[in-house]
Amino acid sequence: MKLLRELLFPLIAVIAAFIVGGILILIIGDDPIVAYKLLIGSALSWPDGIGYTLFYATPLIFTGLAVLVALRCGLLNIGAEGQLYVAAFATAWVGITFAHLSAWLLLPLCFLAAIVAGGVWGAIPGVLKARFGSHEVINTIMLNFIAVALVSYFTQYHYKTPGDPIMQTTEIGGGAHIARIGKILPGFPERIPLNLAFILALVCCVLVYLFLWRTKWGYELRATGSNPTAAEYGGISIRKQIIIAMTISGSLAGLVGINEVLGYRYRYYDGFSSSYGFTGIAVALLGRNHPVGVLLSAILFGMLIRGGIFVDAFTNNVTKDLVDVLQGVVILFVAAEALFRGPFGRFGLLKRSKV
Amino acid sequence: MSQALLECADIQKSFGGVPVLKGITLDLQPGTVTALAGENGAGKSTLMKILYGMQAPDEGVMKVFGNEVHFAKPTDAIALGIGMVHQHFMLVSTMTVAENIVLGAEPGSEVALDLNKASTNIRKLSEEFKLAVNPHAVIEHLSVGQQQRVELLKALYRQARVLILDEPTAVLTPQEVDEFFAILRGMRQQGKTVVIITHKLSEVLAISDEVTVMRDGRVVGQVATKDTNAAELARMMVGREVLLRVEKPDADVGTTGLLVKNLSVSTSDGSKRVNGVSFEVRKGEILGIAGVEGNGQTELIEALAGLVTPAHLTGEIRLEGRDITRVDARSRRELGIAHIPEDRHRRGLLLDFSLAENSILGVHYRKPVVSTAGIFLDNQAIRKRAAQIIEDFDVRPTNQELPARALSGGNQQKLIIGREFDLRPKLLLVSQPTRGVDIGAIEFIHRKLVALRDEGCAVLLVSAELEEVTALADRLLIIHEGRIVGDVDPKVATIEEIGLLMTGGH
Amino acid sequence: MRDLFTIALIWSTVRLATPLILAALGGLFSERSGIINIALEGKMLAGAFTAAAVTYAADSKLHLGAASPWLGLLAGMSAGIFIAAIYAIVCIRYKADQVVSGTAINILMFGLPAFLSGAFFLSSGSTPQIPRDRLIPFTPLVIAILLLMLTGICWYVLYRTPFGLRLRSVGENPEAADAAGVSVSRIRYAGVLIAGALAGIGGAYLSIGQSSLFTRNMTSGRGFIALAALIFGKWRPVQTLLACLLFGFTEAVSIQMQGAIKLPAFFATLLRQTPGDDIPIQFIQMVPYLLTIIVLAGFIGSSRPPRALGIPYQKEK
Repeated sequence: MKLLRELLFPLIAVIAAFIVGGILILIIGDDPIVAYKLLIGSALSWPDGIGYTLFYATPLIFTGLAVLVALRCGLLNIGAEGQLYVAAFATAWVGITFAHLSAWLLLPLCFLAAIVAGGVWGAIPGVLKARFGSHEVINTIMLNFIAVALVSYFTQYHYKTPGDPIMQTTEIGGGAHIARIGKILPGFPERIPLNLAFILALVCCVLVYLFLWRTKWGYELRATGSNPTAAEYGGISIRKQIIIAMTISGSLAGLVGINEVLGYRYRYYDGFSSSYGFTGIAVALLGRNHPVGVLLSAILFGMLIRGGIFVDAFTNNVTKDLVDVLQGVVILFVAAEALFRGPFGRFGLLKRSKV
Repeated sequence: MSQALLECADIQKSFGGVPVLKGITLDLQPGTVTALAGENGAGKSTLMKILYGMQAPDEGVMKVFGNEVHFAKPTDAIALGIGMVHQHFMLVSTMTVAENIVLGAEPGSEVALDLNKASTNIRKLSEEFKLAVNPHAVIEHLSVGQQQRVELLKALYRQARVLILDEPTAVLTPQEVDEFFAILRGMRQQGKTVVIITHKLSEVLAISDEVTVMRDGRVVGQVATKDTNAAELARMMVGREVLLRVEKPDADVGTTGLLVKNLSVSTSDGSKRVNGVSFEVRKGEILGIAGVEGNGQTELIEALAGLVTPAHLTGEIRLEGRDITRVDARSRRELGIAHIPEDRHRRGLLLDFSLAENSILGVHYRKPVVSTAGIFLDNQAIRKRAAQIIEDFDVRPTNQELPARALSGGNQQKLIIGREFDLRPKLLLVSQPTRGVDIGAIEFIHRKLVALRDEGCAVLLVSAELEEVTALADRLLIIHEGRIVGDVDPKVATIEEIGLLMTGGH
Repeated sequence: MRDLFTIALIWSTVRLATPLILAALGGLFSERSGIINIALEGKMLAGAFTAAAVTYAADSKLHLGAASPWLGLLAGMSAGIFIAAIYAIVCIRYKADQVVSGTAINILMFGLPAFLSGAFFLSSGSTPQIPRDRLIPFTPLVIAILLLMLTGICWYVLYRTPFGLRLRSVGENPEAADAAGVSVSRIRYAGVLIAGALAGIGGAYLSIGQSSLFTRNMTSGRGFIALAALIFGKWRPVQTLLACLLFGFTEAVSIQMQGAIKLPAFFATLLRQTPGDDIPIQFIQMVPYLLTIIVLAGFIGSSRPPRALGIPYQKEK
């Protein structure tokens, strides 16, 4: 019963977003039913649809978890985008610089690079907040731009194959590649880029759950998010928790680099992220700030990305930008939760919330 | 009796089905000061909010000069000459006095704010009512007393005929209180009607012409001040003879538990809240600290609990001889200091967390709550501990999965007390232990405190309820403006004596 | 070095700072009323797209001639207001988290213009080219004068009108404003809508002033730079204007500098590059963002946001 209640509200938000999207599709002269059929059908076909859906969901699970951990500590990390860029570049850098090492050494080093680089980039706004009280939202936004500029500089000036017109680094060593699911799962084509990073993402969902709800550290982090002054009273250092939460959050966002660099392109490709960091906010919110919810909503958004490509190709007017529109509307509805309480609370709550 | 300026008949109001006002009838005559007295939770504030248009009554009629009125918002009340000074001042601290006063009733046109005209008016009002304040000063640079004057001017500027003052003296120093009362008398002379909400009987007697006593959402007494006395008022307020006596044997005092030497605490803006305080609390005694709220008690307790950054402290704090001045909150807890905070919502509880999770705050990182690996919480141990506290301290309801938010104030407080007692502390810091707690729970909490004392714990008790500290304490210190100004034996000292010390009268 | 600081650089600064100034001054009204404006970017995008689309349609379909850009400008402003209205309803009436819903608006407006132009103009996210003589015809000098006037008006409204007084009080202490009979939500709606209007105009200037069409994500972070300028300018109109000019200047320099300034030897060694290379443009791009972080940390004076910024106003029950 409780589960049903938790599911009901995000479900309403998604349906509402689809209705708004449907109206827009009508306006531009296409049939929403056809478009949505295409979208869902292409996202759930076997093996390509599901394979790509899960592949697109993988970075969103990481960024969703990143946003979740920060939110549980009362912080809004809209810097996952910058954190994952820095981490992806760092991963590629290790993979290029130590290309000669064996997989047993290189792979852990690359993982470490992603975790540390993302963590450091996340820790910066944490430290700034803990030390100077400056707002993490503004600082994470600013650090997103700085991260993008910084990695683009290194790519352009130092790690690009000379003469390559594409802004990308050279390839990482073969030892740093992680297996595609097709290698492991018989009958699953290897051309689908779904890789072991997806399994890592599932493991992270479990780890984040255990960390937050089963360990003393998670207790401290959540207590800080719930009531910082009471946490302080209980002997918990708020400043420390802010830094810890932002570091973990950054590290989780950084794991996107593993999917992208070690599992997909085998190099750093400038501008690879299509707003994974921002979508992570939607994923965490729609997922009710719980790892299971994050997993489910990341898969939903993965479906949208996958299906969006087909809708773009096989309808007259609808482009894949529909996905951004749906995403934006979903977050708006989730954020304005009170909007739905009206019809479901017999208008009682709605009336009272009027200022 | 002349025509009442403001009257209300059978006002009723409930929140979420719980009646808060159960039929209030009241009328206010011009040129009088009426005191509205009652304990916390009697419904005084709700009534005032209704009179000021901040809330609408469920039932009942309000009349101004005999005409029935309905206030939808404060502006409606303001337009009919009703002004209110809230307990927490409603001032914008970064703006000037003049800007604050005219806000919402700006002179000049919509496109040009005429602050000069406003300043002239404000000066005139200042002189007329003896409310000296510079219109161009920025609020955050003014003292609390000056800010209160701004609040009064704000109401007068809107031509208020009725001034409602919510606990106006809670934040004032005794000198300021005297000045403030002089101002109120001046206003009465000018024909203003003043309603002062308070629970301090001395003030009721000092300033008012009429007293209305509220209890439990009803008016239980309306008398002329000259025809009554403190004892009678107190009886009306609490509904029984004030006989707050705690049965307790004489203290069996042991060695020094807590020693405080020359302790000063300042805030981040540099003002000293505690100023060179020295005292000791011995094992097996309750040391009470009495004082008007806001005289440094909060800062003193927080400093002792380790919740003030060492940079803001000077002096020395010793627990059983050991210097703990620079020791953090967690280590102090480990050394045996428990703390029942004055504000349970701010400090004491994680309202969204379950009772079980709340029962481990402060010990959540160590055995037995944490399993042998030293990382994972041991849910079985947590449940056992929570169940023990819930049983021993009669917390209701007993379902430990409920969020703390779902509990009544008294039960929340019992949960905190149970959690802190469970530490088997050497020193207990306890602040306002019975604030907002029902009578039954108060007696329970008092008995528990005495029992802890008798087990040899050193107890430092701060309470704004003078009766509570005098009844519980074995020794009583009086704090005023951050200094200890008196050390009395509560069995011998009279309330008048203590009251005089509290207000800096010596 | 000297020939770098030419009149051309000044005009270039003005041109590049214009959208920032418009958006930042708009954001000022919203933030001073207590509503965070992460959504400036989205509002600018809405303004830019609508202005370009309407100008194009007015010129090529309705044959309105020289009136087209003005109609476009009006449409751009209206689009900004429309988006702001959605944002305001969600944040003020439904008390949604302002940062989250601002982000939603940004994501939405990242997609919606491209979605619409894909359908209307059969393009991949841009509008068709608008003829040169159908753009906003102002010279940089006229624009500079207009912007100075606008800043003056903003200052006057904020500090010398009853509305400004109410706006500031609502952003600092909404309870106090409410108790004084000021409608907190009405003032906040006004603040957010003004922000929408100005950001919409700022976006319109990008598409039908600075360039001649709308392209996908054409603001490329200018809304956030405007936000940064607002913080750097400590939420005051004149300082915000100066901050925008500074940020516009760095952008102008970075464009002019291509090939003009060489990397000094010291930095070249530091960056493992050859002395005599161009200064990497990325470092100049970072300047506004770095400055904002430094200011927020309190290294250059203190920058205190309006006290009630980002907190939905809940009337006491």
